[in-house]
Amino acid sequence: MKKTLLVISTAVMVALAAPAFAGAKQDAVMDHYKKLAKGSFSAERGKAFYSAVHTGGKPATPSCTSCHTKSPTGTGQTRANKPIAPMALSKSPDRFGDLKKVEKWFGRNCRSVLGRECTVQEKGDFLAFMYSQ
Amino acid sequence: MKKTIVMTAMIVAMAMMPANTWSRDRGVKDELTKTECGACHMVFQPRFLPAVSWTNIMSDLGNHFGEDASLDEESRTKIEAYLVKNARKKEFKYIGNGTQPIRITEIRWFKREHRNEVSKRAMKRAGTMANCVACHKGAEKGQYDDD
Ligand code: HEC
Ligand code: HEC
Ligand code: HEC
Repeated sequence: MKKTLLVISTAVMVALAAPAFAGAKQDAVMDHYKKLAKGSFSAERGKAFYSAVHTGGKPATPSCTSCHTKSPTGTGQTRANKPIAPMALSKSPDRFGDLKKVEKWFGRNCRSVLGRECTVQEKGDFLAFMYSQ
Repeated sequence: MKKTIVMTAMIVAMAMMPANTWSRDRGVKDELTKTECGACHMVFQPRFLPAVSWTNIMSDLGNHFGEDASLDEESRTKIEAYLVKNARKKEFKYIGNGTQPIRITEIRWFKREHRNEVSKRAMKRAGTMANCVACHKGAEKGQYDDD
């Protein structure tokens, strides 16, 4: 009996620790970055990275929030005024499920905002943040 | 009498159908082009610009109107082929030996068509003249004579 309880509570804890909104596709994308990373990812660091004002990129878009809005659950806007669905997985459950698409946008947006490619750590932290939102 | 009733019924039925039932969908059909060139703005119909304009746009996607829109080479080639195939048949003569435009919004007829037509309020809502859908509801279907 005790053993069963322990197993159940462990299972619950594991479930709680895992990203709450991610499906199998999103997990696969995260696993890809986890394999490349040295350490683990942090949603807190991801949040800071997302909100930070960077230099080195295009002056018109110094932050991820320039297009994706301050809150990851908000609807963003491109420079051509087209709405961008929220980045938060709770609001847009189809996001981050296609590695090719994710890599394409990390490429473009990191070059625009930072003037360079993002590191694996930055990408993983960013995703950890969005998966938790 | 019967005939009149049938006729009237038909006319009423026709009037009740939404307007775009009657206008052909002239929007972009190619899925790859729709996805890749419709991410930041409406996907523009290739018929607005001649082939050379599309080739020029597609060869400089890393610096696309101040934005990074770069693509993998396979997608880039496929999309360019689609745009070129469906491009405007003739180059703009009024440009002479100069470079053909890469903006629809800079073409002479476009400017003439919109001069004095656009209210301040509509412009504020659209943000940019490139935001066709803000003023033309049917723009994605290539329908611009709606308002
Ligand atoms: C110039 C505007 C702009 C800026 C700045 C920007 N993005 Fe984006 N981003 C977009 C657009 C547009 C999309 C595509 C949206 C869509 O597919 O609905 C996108 C999509 C993404 C995606 C892919 C989402 C998916 O569905 O797979 C990621 C990842 C991403 N952005 C990360 C970032 C990061 C990290 C930053 C800051 C370093 C950033 N973006 C800054 C415009 C921007
Ligand atoms: C990463 C975002 C992004 C992507 C992806 C993108 N564009 Fe653009 N595009 C822009 C921006 C920003 C403008 C400038 C809008 C403005 O001036 O208001 C623009 C403008 C244009 C214009 C000129 C509009 C005018 O003023 O008449 C054309 C044509 C165009 N894009 C074609 C394309 C094609 C073809 C593709 C696909 C290969 C594409 N775009 C993909 C961001 C993008
Ligand atoms: C700020 C609002 C606004 C924007 C943005 C806008 N238009 Fe228009 N457009 C108008 C108005 C108003 C007219 C004149 C009324 C009419 O004929 O529909 C017009 C007329 C036209 C016409 C002539 C229609 C006809 O049959 O007489 C075309 C074609 C057209 N626009 C294409 C475009 C395209 C393509 C874009 C985007 C690249 C665009 N417009 C952006 C407001 C706008």
